[in-house]
Amino acid sequence: MSDVVEKTLTALPGLFESQTGAAKITNRLRQLIKSITELTSKHEEENLIKRELSAIKEQVSSPNTTMKQMREIMVRAMYCEMLGYDASFTYIHAIKLAQQGGVLEKRVGYLAVSLFLNEGHELLLLLVNTVLKDLQSTNLIEVCMALTVVAQVFPKDMIPAVLPLVEDKLSHPKEIIRRKAVLALYKFYLIAPNQVQHIHAKFCKALSDKDPGVMASSLHIYLQLIRESPDSYKDLTGSFVTILKQVLGGKLPVDFNYHSVPAPWLQIQLLRILSLLGKEDQSTSELMYEVLDESLRRAEMNHNITYAILYECVKAVYTIHPKAELLEKAARCIGNFVLSPKINLKYLGLKALTYVVQHDAKLALQHQMTIIECLDHSDFTIKRETLELLFRITNAQNVTVIVEKMLDFLRSCNDEHTIIHLIGKVAELAEKFAPDNSWFIQTMNDVFSIGGDLLQQDVPNNFLRLLAEGSESKEEDDQLRLYAVESYLTVLKGHTSHLPQCFLQVMSWVLGEYAHLQESVDRREVIRLLTQLLDQRSVSSETRVWILSALTKIPEGQTDLILDLAESLSSSQDTVLRQQAQELRHLSQDSQLREWVLPRGAPWDGIEVDSSLSFLDGFVSEALAAGAAPYKPPHQRQEELCEDRALNLEPYSFSLPVSLSSCSITDRQSPTLLSVSSGLSGNSAELSQKAGSSTLILEGVKRVWGKDGYLPQKEATAPPVDEPSAAVQPASQQEAAERIEPRPEPSTQNQDKQQLASSLFVGLGVGSSVSLLGKSEAPPPRFRKKPRPHESSSSSGTSKRSSDSSSHSSRNTTDSFLYGSFPEEEPATSISTFDHTPKSTTANGLSQNKDTKEDRHANTSQILGGDMVIVRPSTIQDKHPPSVSSDLTALLPADLKDLPHSDVISLTSDPSLSLSSCRLFRDEALLLVIFISNCTETVIKDVAVQLTCEELKTASLRGNVMDCLEARSTSVCHYALLMDDPHTNVSLTGTVSYQTQPGHTNTLPFSGTLSTADFIRPLVVTTEEYGKLWLSLSHDVKQNLKLLTDAGDPLRTTLNALKDALQLHVVDIIGSEGIVACRLLSGAPCLLHCRVNGAALAMWLRSPHPALPDFILYHCQRALAHH
Amino acid sequence: MIKAILIFNNHGKPRLSKFYEHYTEDTEQQIIRETFHLVSKRDENICNFLEGGLLIGGSENKLIYRHYATLYFVFCVDSSESELGILDLIQVFVETLDKCFENVCELDLIFHMDKVHNILAEMVMGGMVLETNMSEIITQAEAHNKMEKSESEEQVSVGFLASALDRKQRRCIVSV
Repeated sequence: MSDVVEKTLTALPGLFESQTGAAKITNRLRQLIKSITELTSKHEEENLIKRELSAIKEQVSSPNTTMKQMREIMVRAMYCEMLGYDASFTYIHAIKLAQQGGVLEKRVGYLAVSLFLNEGHELLLLLVNTVLKDLQSTNLIEVCMALTVVAQVFPKDMIPAVLPLVEDKLSHPKEIIRRKAVLALYKFYLIAPNQVQHIHAKFCKALSDKDPGVMASSLHIYLQLIRESPDSYKDLTGSFVTILKQVLGGKLPVDFNYHSVPAPWLQIQLLRILSLLGKEDQSTSELMYEVLDESLRRAEMNHNITYAILYECVKAVYTIHPKAELLEKAARCIGNFVLSPKINLKYLGLKALTYVVQHDAKLALQHQMTIIECLDHSDFTIKRETLELLFRITNAQNVTVIVEKMLDFLRSCNDEHTIIHLIGKVAELAEKFAPDNSWFIQTMNDVFSIGGDLLQQDVPNNFLRLLAEGSESKEEDDQLRLYAVESYLTVLKGHTSHLPQCFLQVMSWVLGEYAHLQESVDRREVIRLLTQLLDQRSVSSETRVWILSALTKIPEGQTDLILDLAESLSSSQDTVLRQQAQELRHLSQDSQLREWVLPRGAPWDGIEVDSSLSFLDGFVSEALAAGAAPYKPPHQRQEELCEDRALNLEPYSFSLPVSLSSCSITDRQSPTLLSVSSGLSGNSAELSQKAGSSTLILEGVKRVWGKDGYLPQKEATAPPVDEPSAAVQPASQQEAAERIEPRPEPSTQNQDKQQLASSLFVGLGVGSSVSLLGKSEAPPPRFRKKPRPHESSSSSGTSKRSSDSSSHSSRNTTDSFLYGSFPEEEPATSISTFDHTPKSTTANGLSQNKDTKEDRHANTSQILGGDMVIVRPSTIQDKHPPSVSSDLTALLPADLKDLPHSDVISLTSDPSLSLSSCRLFRDEALLLVIFISNCTETVIKDVAVQLTCEELKTASLRGNVMDCLEARSTSVCHYALLMDDPHTNVSLTGTVSYQTQPGHTNTLPFSGTLSTADFIRPLVVTTEEYGKLWLSLSHDVKQNLKLLTDAGDPLRTTLNALKDALQLHVVDIIGSEGIVACRLLSGAPCLLHCRVNGAALAMWLRSPHPALPDFILYHCQRALAHH
Repeated sequence: MIKAILIFNNHGKPRLSKFYEHYTEDTEQQIIRETFHLVSKRDENICNFLEGGLLIGGSENKLIYRHYATLYFVFCVDSSESELGILDLIQVFVETLDKCFENVCELDLIFHMDKVHNILAEMVMGGMVLETNMSEIITQAEAHNKMEKSESEEQVSVGFLASALDRKQRRCIVSV
C-alpha cells in the first residue's frame, strides 16, 4: 500500500509539470513574436531565433512532450522557417504529428509537411501510409486534409498507391470532397500524365456534376487538356457554350455571385476554353458567336471583375475565327480600356492592343495619342507594356524612333529582368529592320553597353555570326565589317574601364578578324589599343583570352610589339594566358605556320574540327609502346585513388542480370561516377572487351540511381535559377520619367507629341497597313542569316510537333473509326454461318453511335438546373462471382478451343436473354467471346450485338448479328481487340438488340472492363537476347514491390505469381536476381529485371513504349497485393 | 497557375509565405526580399501588376499585389491566370480573413499563422483556385474552429494579449 502511495507521489510532479508546461508553451509563441517585434537589428533576431530553435529542439526530443504541445511547437517552427531559418530537425516530427495525432494535430502536421517539404523530399515516403489511411477515413475533415496534402506535395512514384482511392472520391456524396479529388487528379495529371490516362472519362463525369463547384474545378483540367490538344475536345464546345449561357442567365445559386456578377471566375475559365477551341476553326467558332456577344453585352457594370470578364471576352473574340460584328464591339471595348482613367484597366487595354495589333494594326493607329501618353507615364509597368506594344508594330519606317525610345527606357531602368527581356528585342529589331550600316552598328553598340553582361549569350553570338557569315553580297558585308572596325576603334580610344566584358569580347573578336580591311589604320595602333585593355584590372581573364586570340590574328610584321607582349605575359599566373602567350610567340616568329593555322579569309563552313583528336593516334601508340601508362579519364583516376587509400564504403552498384559473374570490374565503380562517364573512355571499353562477349557494356546505359539516391535526368532538371549578383537598386520612378525625355515647354508639348506619333505610327496607315499586316509580309530583313546545318533546337521542336500531330491523327482515326460503322464488319459477317442483313446493322450501328455521342452532350449540357437523371448501366467487374456454368466454354469454336482463356463471367441478363463473356488470349489480339443464351421457350429474332470501346481497336468480329436464336440455345460472337496504347483499365460498353415479338425491339445494355493485363503476352527470349534488348532500350522505371515470403524461395514464388497473373515469361533466375520479359500483344516489349532487396523486390523495367512500364508495374503491384 | 502567395508588412517582414513550386530555402527568402523591393517602391496610385523579378521566373510570371494598411498581399501567377481575376481573389481572401478574425489585423496573421494557412488552403489548392465563394470558405474554416474550441477552453483570448502588446500596430487592414 505504501508502495502505491509512493509511486503516486513520485509521479505527481511530472503530471503537474506537464500541465503547467502546456500553458507555458502556448505562451511561448507569443513571447517569441513579442521579442521579435521589439528587436532592432538583424543580428539580434538571428540570436533570438537560434535560441528559440535550440529550445524547440530540446522540447521535440523530450519524451514528455504531449501531442498538443507538439502542435504548438510546430507552429513556432513554421514561423522560424518562414523567417528563413533552418528548422529541418522538426520535419520528421511534423510527419509524426500527421501520423499519430488526433484531427487537430493532424491538421497542423499536414500543414507543416506541406510547408516544409517538397515533392522530391525523401521523408515524404513516410507520409504515404498516413495519407492512405486518412483517405479511407470516415471523418470528412481527415479526407479533406489528405486530399489537400496530396495535391500539394506528393512523390511522383507513389501516385499509383493513392490513385484508386482518390478516384473513388470522385463519386463521394460530399461536394467538397469531389471538388478536392478533381483538383488532386489534375495535379497528378500535371506531374505524371500517363498514370491518369485511364480516368479521362471520369473527368467528363466531373464536368457534368450537379454541383457547380465540382464542375468549375474540372474546368482546370479541361483548360489544360484543350491547351495540349484542342482537336480532341471539339465535341465538347456545345457543352461549354451551354454552361456559359446558363451562368450568364443567372441559373447558378446566388451564392456564386460576386458583386452581383454570376460566378465571374467560372466565366473567365470558360471564355479561355472557348477561345482555345475556336482558334482557327470556323465551324467551332460559329457555335460561340452568340454567347460571346451576350457576354460582351452583359458585362457592362462598373466593377473590377466585369472588366476581367470583358478582357477575356475581347481576347476570345480576337482569337477565334473573326466575325466582323463582334470584332467591332471588341475594338470598342479595348478603346474603353485604353482610355480608362483607372490604371489597371489601361494596363489591360495596352495588353489587349499588343495582342490585337497582330491581327489589326489599324487599332493601334486609333489610339496613337494615348499610346504616346503612356510612353511618358509615371508607372514603370505601363511604360514597359507600351514598349512591348511598339515592338509589335515596328517596321522599317519607324524602327529608328522606336528603338530610340526603347534604349532611352533601358538607360533609366534598373530592373535586371526588364533589361534582359527588352534588350533582346532591341537587338532583334535592329537586325531585322536596320536602315543602314552605321545605325545598325551604333545600335548594337548601345545594346552591348547597356545590356552588358546581363545579355543572353545568343545576342553577341548572333551578331558575330551575322558579321562572319555575311549575306549574299561580299561588298556589302565588307562595308558593314569596316564600319564596325572603325566604330570600335573610336570606342576603344575613349574610356574603356566601364565597358562590359561582353562588349569588349565582341570588339576584340571583330578587330582580330577584320582590322586588316581598314587600310588607313596603323596596325600598331590596333595592337596598342588591345594591349592597353590587357593591362586593365577590370578586364576578366576570359576577356583576356579573347583579346589575346585577336592579337594572334592581327600581326604581320609587328613582331617586336608582339614579342614584348608575349614576354610580359609569360610570367602570368594564369596558365591559359601563359599558354596563349607561348603560342603567340611561336606564331609570330613562323609566318608559314601562321598562314597554315590561321588562314586569312577562309570560308567559314569549310572549317572542320576533328573532335576525336585522331591525328594524335600515332603519338599515343608510340607513347604506349614506350611503356607509358594508358590514359585514364579524371573520374577513374580519382576512383582508383580512393580505392588505394581506403576501404570502398560505397554500396555495390545495381548489377545487371546477364553478366552476374563477369561484370564485376565495371561494377566496382560507383554508379555516380559511372553516370558521369557517358562517353566512356577507350580504357574502360577495353576492360569490358576483355571480360568477354557476354559482358554487359554499360556504355550509354542511363543511370537512374546513384549513391545519393535518384539521379535527376538532364531533361527533367529545370535550368538553374540565376542568383543575382547584387540586390536590385532601382531609382525612383519620377527620376526615371524625367530622364527618359526632356520635358518640352507645355505649349509645344502637344505638338511634339503629334510629331512623335506621326513618326511612330508611320507605315501603319490605311494605305500601307495592308502590306504590313502580319509580320510575314514585312519587307525582307536586311541581314539574312544563312541557314545553319545543325539547328538542333528547332529540329527537335519540329520533330516533337510532328510526333504530336501524328498522335493526334492516330487518335482522330480511332475516333472516326469508332463513330463510323465498323469496316471489318461486312467481311466478317459474310463468313459467319448466320444469315445477316448488313444494311440494317450498319444503320443500327450508326444510330447507336450517334446516340452515345448525343448522350455525351446531354450529360454535360444538363449540368445546371435540370433534374435529368443519367441512367448508367451497372458495370460488371471480374470480381462478380461467375454465375454461369463453365460448360459454356464447350461452345467455343473449334479453332479457338485450344487458346488459353479466362473464366466465363456473366455480363448481364434479362428475362429472355443472358449474356456472358470469356476472354481468349491470342498472341496478336485479345478475343472477347460473348455467349448469348436464349432463356425462353420461344425463338428470339434479329439479335444484334454492338460493342464500343474508345481505347481499343477492333480488328475483326464474327457472329454479332443473327436472324434468330432458337429456344434454350446459345450463340457465340467474338471480337478481336487490339490495344495500341496501354491503359490501366479499359471499359467496354455495348448493347444487344433483339425482337421477341415482331416489330417490338428490346435492347439490353451491358458493360465490362478489361485490364492491360489481358493484353500482355509472354516474350520468349534467351538470356543473351534479353541482354542485347535491354541495352537498346531506354525509359527506365524502377520501383520496389512486395516480396512473397511465405514459401521457401521468395524470388521464384513471387515471379511465378506474377507469371500466372500477367502471363510474363521468366527468362532466367540467377541467385537473387531474375529477368522477365513480356510484350503488349505483338507490339512493344517490356523487360523486367528483379532483384531481392531485403524484404522487397526491386524491379527495374524498360520498354520502348514510355508508358508501358508504368502500367505493367501497376498490375504487378495489384497481382502481388491480391496474392 | 499560382506560383506563390506572399504576405509581408511595410517593412518587408514576411507574414505568410506559401510556395506552390519548389524553391530552395535560400531562393524563397530571396524571392520574398526581391518581391518586397519591387512592390514597396511603387506608388499607391499606379497599377497593381508587375512583371516578375529575376527569381520568380522570367517573362512568363507576373506579380499581382494589393496593399492594405500595413500589409502587402502578393500573388505570383503565370500567364494562365487572369490579372483582374486574381486581384479580386486577393480581395476575397482579405475579406474572408476579416470575417474569420473580426477586423483582421497584422497581428492576427502572426498569431494564427496555421489558421490563415488553412483558410488559404480552402481557396487555393496546389496552385489552383479551388473556391471563390466567400461563404463556402468561411463555412469550411469554421468547421475547424469549432473543433478547436470544443477541445480547449484554456485558450486565453488572444485578442486581449495582442492588444496589450501593441495598440498602435493594431490597425484594421480592411475597411469593408
